Amino acid sequence: MYAQLVETGIKRLKNLDEMAPQERAFQEKIDAEIKIEAKNWMPEAYRQTLIRQISQHAHSEIVGMLPEGNWITRAPTLKRKLQLMAKVQDEAGHGLYLYSAMETLGADRDEEIARLHAGKAKYSSIFNYPTLTWADMGVVGWLVDGAAIVNQVVLQRTSYGPYARAMVRICKEESFHQRQGYELLLTLMHEGNDAQKAMVQDAINRFWWPSLMMFGPSDADSPNSAQSMAWKIKRQSNDELRQRFIDQTVPQLELLGCTAPDPDLKWNEERGHYDFGAIQWEEFYQVLKGNGPCNRERLETRRAAYEDGAWVREAAVAYARKQQQRHTAA
Amino acid sequence: MNPLDDKIHWLLRLGDSALVQGQRLCEWCGHAPAIEEELALMNVGLDLIGQARNWYEYAVVLLVDGRTADDLAFRRDDRSFRNLLLVEQPNGDYAVTMARQFFYDAWHHAALSGMAASRDEHIAAIAAKALKEVTYHLTRSAEWVQRLGDGTEVSHQRMCAAVERLWRFTFELTEVDDAQARLAASGIIGDPAQRAEAWNATVALVCEKATVPLPAPAVPNYLSGRNGLHTEHLGPLLAEMQYLQRAYPNARW
Repeated sequence: MYAQLVETGIKRLKNLDEMAPQERAFQEKIDAEIKIEAKNWMPEAYRQTLIRQISQHAHSEIVGMLPEGNWITRAPTLKRKLQLMAKVQDEAGHGLYLYSAMETLGADRDEEIARLHAGKAKYSSIFNYPTLTWADMGVVGWLVDGAAIVNQVVLQRTSYGPYARAMVRICKEESFHQRQGYELLLTLMHEGNDAQKAMVQDAINRFWWPSLMMFGPSDADSPNSAQSMAWKIKRQSNDELRQRFIDQTVPQLELLGCTAPDPDLKWNEERGHYDFGAIQWEEFYQVLKGNGPCNRERLETRRAAYEDGAWVREAAVAYARKQQQRHTAA
Repeated sequence: MNPLDDKIHWLLRLGDSALVQGQRLCEWCGHAPAIEEELALMNVGLDLIGQARNWYEYAVVLLVDGRTADDLAFRRDDRSFRNLLLVEQPNGDYAVTMARQFFYDAWHHAALSGMAASRDEHIAAIAAKALKEVTYHLTRSAEWVQRLGDGTEVSHQRMCAAVERLWRFTFELTEVDDAQARLAASGIIGDPAQRAEAWNATVALVCEKATVPLPAPAVPNYLSGRNGLHTEHLGPLLAEMQYLQRAYPNARW
């Protein structure tokens, strides 16, 4: 998931008796686990919520190319450079799948991208953190893609068919990236020198909490979740997914020989889960509002790419039109 | 110069050109005019850097001095790099990037076609694989030269300016030096005169379709990529690309 806070605009859930016949039929279909497809009737709020969520997800893939793109020219070996290039290429592809899925809902890609550039649409908070060392490439692969996968694996069962199918394709590639990221870190920790090991621990220290924030606000502060869950857009709560991520990640952290920057992190035998410390929600909301470390740079970069490329896109359109005219004339 | 040196230098010419061109494409990441172009630029760059690795891996077999492919990429300075001057030129706008790509692809395609039947089976194998990729690169860059050249008035002006800007480095693309003549005579690479002819024909055809006038053939400018005499653009490119390997010598990544 890269959609951390999606407004449904709905404060209170209706029960089936309160629904008009069409809406009730829709909800019964959802309850029966039948996928909703583009041409099916759906409540307007369901459509709008999905447009917001899928576009946020798509924007995240595109903005998410920037922190990694920052190291492509500096990757230390040919193998690592190739891996990173393949990964960024996949991310651009994921963005395209998701924009396509979003367009099945009647939304327009250019309009949604314009909203992103105007600062009106969100993308994942994680991409507002800078990548300062090479180890960040491993940590982004391992923790950030890891958190994304935990979210996205669940979204493979999301109620809207085109979104669910995009997730299946994306998860396959994403899992591969995550393993590569972890392997990169294992190499640094097991074969690296002291400076490289310190680089890894420093990267974990910086990305640990932001990765946990990728699951969105705690359930107590997620007023939109109830409707998203009833529509089965969301299948599990933010806190459940966050806990699953921590439980699966801590053993990997130990295998690396690193630590988490969380003195409260410890196994709870009774719960069968790891307990962990309090997330700094103030930071999360500030970053989402645009006050994170790189928000401004990320948006400026995307805007500049789009604006500087306008003449290229116009040329492509003009050329296509000329070709068509020549074809018709001939 | 002995035949082995000729061959190693040629392998470095191919590998360094692919790597430097790939590095330039990496600089576009996140800045392309459309998402489809982000994908395509990274795709082409990925192919090229993969090819560079293949050429280097064969070069180190012949060098037998203990260096690895990564050493060749990350531990040589610009006086030892043998890439074409063309590919080290800065990205400029999209017209410059596409014109550079097209001139290089046309050269690359002709060079690889000549090597696919090499008497050296390693070269033949690498070239055959690379040729499939470069055929796609050439189709794509030729299309962009046409789209921009025959697009809007603005894009036409920019494409003409890009061709004019890069043209002076194209003398290396049709150059037939003694080393190439020797390699061709022993069946290691194709006939460099044919390669030059193919390059001229492709460029003339595509630029005509693109309504972009071509200048008179470029003349040597006293620099020489194959002799490690580069423009001032290569040094900073390598400084960025090689920094981790230089900062942490002998580290594993």
